[in-house]
Amino acid sequence: MGESHAHHQEPGFWGRYWFSVDHKVIGIQYSVTALLFLFFGFSLMMLMRWQLAFPGEALPLIGSLMGDSRMPGGIMLPEFYNQLGAMHGTIMVFLGVVPLAVGGFGNFVVPLQIGAPDMAFPRLNMMSYHLYFWGGVVMLASFFVPGGAAQSGWTSYPPLSNIAGSGQTWWVVGMLFLIMSSLLGAINFIVTIVQLRAPGLDFWKLPFFVWAQFVTSFLLLLAFPALQAAGLMQLMDRLAGTSFFMPEGLVVAGEVLANTGGGSPILWQHLFWFLAHPEVYVLILPALGIVGEVVANNTRKPLWGYKLLVYSVLFVGFMSFIVWAHHMFITGMGTMMSAFFQTTTMIISIPSVVILTCLLLSLWGGSIRFNTPMLFALAFLPMFGIGGLTGLPLGLASTDIHLHDTYYVIGHFHYVVAPGTIFALFAGVYYWYPKATGRYLSERLGRLHFWPSFIFMNGIFFPMLIQGMHGVQRRLFDGGEIYAHAQEVLHLNKVMSMSAWGLAIAQIPFIINFFLSLKRGASAPDNAWQATTLEWLAPSPPPHGNFAEVPTVYHAPYEYSVPGRADDFLPQFVPGETPSEA
Amino acid sequence: MSASAEAHSPELQHHFDSMEQQRSASTLGMWAFVAQELMFFGGLFTAYLVYRYLYPIGFELGSAQLDIKLGGFNTAVLLASSFTMAMAVWAAQTGKKKVLLWMLIATLALGAVFLGVKYVEYSAKIEHHLVPGYNFESDSPYAGQIKMFMALYFAMTGMHALHMVVGFGLLLFYIYHAAKGRYTPEYSHPIELFGLYWHFVDIVWIFLFPLLYLLGRA
Repeated sequence: MGESHAHHQEPGFWGRYWFSVDHKVIGIQYSVTALLFLFFGFSLMMLMRWQLAFPGEALPLIGSLMGDSRMPGGIMLPEFYNQLGAMHGTIMVFLGVVPLAVGGFGNFVVPLQIGAPDMAFPRLNMMSYHLYFWGGVVMLASFFVPGGAAQSGWTSYPPLSNIAGSGQTWWVVGMLFLIMSSLLGAINFIVTIVQLRAPGLDFWKLPFFVWAQFVTSFLLLLAFPALQAAGLMQLMDRLAGTSFFMPEGLVVAGEVLANTGGGSPILWQHLFWFLAHPEVYVLILPALGIVGEVVANNTRKPLWGYKLLVYSVLFVGFMSFIVWAHHMFITGMGTMMSAFFQTTTMIISIPSVVILTCLLLSLWGGSIRFNTPMLFALAFLPMFGIGGLTGLPLGLASTDIHLHDTYYVIGHFHYVVAPGTIFALFAGVYYWYPKATGRYLSERLGRLHFWPSFIFMNGIFFPMLIQGMHGVQRRLFDGGEIYAHAQEVLHLNKVMSMSAWGLAIAQIPFIINFFLSLKRGASAPDNAWQATTLEWLAPSPPPHGNFAEVPTVYHAPYEYSVPGRADDFLPQFVPGETPSEA
Repeated sequence: MSASAEAHSPELQHHFDSMEQQRSASTLGMWAFVAQELMFFGGLFTAYLVYRYLYPIGFELGSAQLDIKLGGFNTAVLLASSFTMAMAVWAAQTGKKKVLLWMLIATLALGAVFLGVKYVEYSAKIEHHLVPGYNFESDSPYAGQIKMFMALYFAMTGMHALHMVVGFGLLLFYIYHAAKGRYTPEYSHPIELFGLYWHFVDIVWIFLFPLLYLLGRA
């Protein structure tokens, strides 16, 4: 809070790359760290997929390196499988997708798109990144404590999580770090967007991506503290001997556990999902924002229904706070409660469909440029569509009772987040890479990345829906091998595992592209995609302070193909007659 | 003086256009921070609500274990500290540097009294074997429920006390800078925003006191 005098001396190496307060450096720090975590979380899942495809068989080469406490002789122990499952979810959601979407793209793009020199609180911004980083370190370190990492699922339901090994304590502590990081980030985004918009940039001229980040920030700000409180109580249960979440007379391995009594495990579920349902929209809204930017730019026409999109995003944000208990239909909370939450769940699906429809209609009549960002954005639309539609049976109590905790849920959720959000994030990487580096990513390698990824993503997740409808449960160590009802769909495990490993191979062109293009990529002009929003006014890469002088905004964000102009785009920062609103 | 001083205030950070913008930005930031604090304590109050509903008798018996005199005294102390803090904000805004310094010191002193009394209370709980997970003992038929009450008592007042300790540290920082005369009517918002935080912590106690101490007393 103590404001220091503005000093202009050149920072050294550490000041420039590690303790930087520049939003662009922090954005890149977030992006690179998050991409590494995404790859790590994906690797955990690839190990799991070996066990699911070939239960009880030794994993060649890598397996014996894992150590006797995890994979003796290369054969996976159930405890290790549970660790992989819990940590895959935790890492992908809290250390991968959210930091990349909000910390990475939000930090890098939002100040540029609103014509600001930086975020409102640069030092707070630095602190957010460092809290995130150390939260990640704690999570990784938990693999090496006695008993290994957390193994009670990414939801950490008590009482199991209360009596689990010490890895769970590390999980809670890591989460507290990550939550603080997100909260500070959310405060920063809200203030930046409200206070630091360039002259002329009123709210109805904001790019759709900024709107998405704005609503996302409110979700983080108001939902995450509930898990902070719940985490505190779980920590006390584990360390201080309280019993907030420990029910009376809990029997473990035939013995009544000492020091139980009176607690309500369901309370954890309520507090957890009060965070985690808005969290789902934290995962999806920035992705929708990115897709909006890419679609408008590459159809060369204004987004269809810009205002409708904004109102829908606001409505989704509000509604996401009152749907959480649809994750809890089978907890016995009563039919009245179920009726309420399934009604709100059906209501929230309406603005989601509106958003998807607007983006789809935006394609109509456009002269579409099929570059790599656009391919990922176009693939996002049907993939997110499948994810959304498969969610409806889970939002209705009567069908959810059948599908609850089956692979159908896993398939649904991953369709939203993997070929959904992660494809949108890839679109964002390809789209803004020229702004961050001054060079394009290779189109040829981009296609080599996109098409196999698209096929393998579906190869992984579609069979999950089929298995789930056959009643195969999630979190099974052997993938359902011992269950009679699973036999019919057991062969799909091999299909899914092969697809997962194929997906890993499909990322190689991306990794090569990412590093090679830093030096060898075709050099990009400042406005690399003939785009209209403010970030393309700044030099590539933008210098400290972003803009040579404060830009003034004259137009709505997506004035493409304006009649009577020689070129097909009218940037927000170019003075002139404002064309009538499309 | 004010116009030119404002344009070149040494306190203006370079990414803001004016002191006015810097002030509104930090004010909005502080309110957002308070909003998330509210949601955090909201989580704890939800837990309180759930268990209060489940165990009305145990909560009454647990509440009877708390020292209403010490709690009441602390409530008065905290309200007084809110008053001195409000005076400090007024002094900062009107440029009364001496008053500002002494009001901040008074706030610090009252905060110290609060934490001292809390220490006495916690020690008594340890002595009476009322700390769950450490030495809780009770021969009441409602022992489990009383234990839950005490766990909530320690979680909630503990988190409140933690906020007091953080505020204590921040106060030392502001007293140091106020002594050097850094805060002027043009640059008073750090004091205003700290005041916001201090009042928030105060308000949390205003809810904790009746819910924990006064519960079920005739």
